[in-house]
Amino acid sequence: MMDALYGLFIAPFADFAFMQRALLGSLILSLGACPVGVFLMLRRMSLSGDAMAHAILPGAAAGFLFYGLEILPMTIGGLIAGIIVALGAGAVSRFTIQREDASMAAFYLISLAIGVLMVSIRGSSVDLMHVLFGTVLALNNEALTLIGGIVLVTLVSLAIFWRALVAECLDPLFLRSVSRLGSPVHFIFLGLVVLNLVGGFQALGTLLSVGLMMLPAAAARFWTMRVEPMCLLAVLIGFASCVAGLLLSYHVSLPSGPAIILSAGVVYFASILFGTRGILRARIIHHRHRTA
Amino acid sequence: MTKTCLTFRDLTLGYNSHPAIHHLDGTIRRGSLTAVVGANGSGKSTLMKGIVGVLKPMAGTVVRAPGVRAAYLPQQSELDRSFPARVVDLVSLGLWPRRGLLGRHTREDRDSVSQALMAVGLGGFEKRPIDTLSGGQLQRTLFARVLLQDADLILLDEPFNAVDTKTVGDLITLIKRWHGEERTIMVVVHDLDLVRHNFPETLLLARQPIAWGETKETLRPENLLRARRFHEAWEENAPWCEPDNHEHGDHPHDHGHDHHHGSGPRAA
Repeated sequence: MMDALYGLFIAPFADFAFMQRALLGSLILSLGACPVGVFLMLRRMSLSGDAMAHAILPGAAAGFLFYGLEILPMTIGGLIAGIIVALGAGAVSRFTIQREDASMAAFYLISLAIGVLMVSIRGSSVDLMHVLFGTVLALNNEALTLIGGIVLVTLVSLAIFWRALVAECLDPLFLRSVSRLGSPVHFIFLGLVVLNLVGGFQALGTLLSVGLMMLPAAAARFWTMRVEPMCLLAVLIGFASCVAGLLLSYHVSLPSGPAIILSAGVVYFASILFGTRGILRARIIHHRHRTA
Repeated sequence: MTKTCLTFRDLTLGYNSHPAIHHLDGTIRRGSLTAVVGANGSGKSTLMKGIVGVLKPMAGTVVRAPGVRAAYLPQQSELDRSFPARVVDLVSLGLWPRRGLLGRHTREDRDSVSQALMAVGLGGFEKRPIDTLSGGQLQRTLFARVLLQDADLILLDEPFNAVDTKTVGDLITLIKRWHGEERTIMVVVHDLDLVRHNFPETLLLARQPIAWGETKETLRPENLLRARRFHEAWEENAPWCEPDNHEHGDHPHDHGHDHHHGSGPRAA
């Protein structure tokens, strides 16, 4: 019995260095990406994360074009492209009448087209697949260091700007009336989104890295009414998804990225059904009410 | 210590080059309690936004006396009620002027949050999620936040909308308490009876001030009639207001407005 459990849950990680790295990388990644995802969701920018993930592609492709499949140039390229799109779309929405959803869509579509064009100039479709979907099982030291750095920056920034970020989500006009931090915080936050997507793209690819950001956050929303526990819960759901996804990938030989995201998807659907603010609870328990 | 809290100098505020407040001059005395009245679109909310600084003037300036901190309760709050926050989280935002971004919220701060809630009749509501509050309860919560901001200049834009009579009474009591504490208060109000009974001074607006001063004088029938004739709509092809036309003060100019320069209550 114990052996079976060991074989199922521990052995894959204990026996293979690449599994350990994959686990370490994805866990660290969840630590930063999940809280960022919570704020993306609360700011009703869930789809902006998706758009940003696409926007990173031309930068990564430029790195790929000049240096081949090397992590550092591709990451830096992705970071630059992401920041240009985030700042551009953010600025258009802040200083013109166009809302962020429209400006973001415009910027990322242009960016995505450029990216696909660049990859197709040089690479085969296998390379494109690699850029789009990542390889968590091939994380090297460089990649792990990078992810660690990104998470450190993310957590420190969140800690410093927490109050302003909450105020900017809860009551932006109030924040503007007491402080000039509104716009800077918005852009710092967009910067964090880009950073975490770039951190995730080596492991999960540009398209799926947003999944680890949004799905745990969306699932956590069904369990709690406060921001702090929501972030914590999102991180825990992220952890669980990484472990489950990697095990699934190992035992059933599935691609690891989609396995991780699908695990998070399962948690999401379970939360919709069984969460304290989910469907079943609202339908069944609330037939009883108190006198006042 | 100066006795002036706010000075408007030839202030023009508006949207898309159309003025909503046109060449306003005058002063708001420190410690005064002023009602701002006028028809829809007469520039009341715009004036509030201009004073807080969330709307930049198209011309002229609003000068706050040095060190004056403003608290602003907007008519249309951009508050996101679906945000997972409790009443205490929302009211605690009012600690920002005192604690800023990083200052720790102390035990006294938490006590003062509870006291502010008590003062608006919401004692014990600390843990309630904000999406379960009624409209009037939310309005009182926002009043508690203003209370906590401890500002010298308090700007309230239609604070009595959708609020029941008893609550209006409570909020008026609170405003009078602030008045007693020598804070400067401006309130946008629609109910003229309420203004007559509770506000010593009134500014009657119709894009420019129709009358400004003691409430009884300002709200005389002939002034109200003039304010009522005010034409709300923009005229797309209205002539440009040339700067040299109003530089010298009172003479009438081509767009036919009577300017009431300096008609505000002067610093005594």
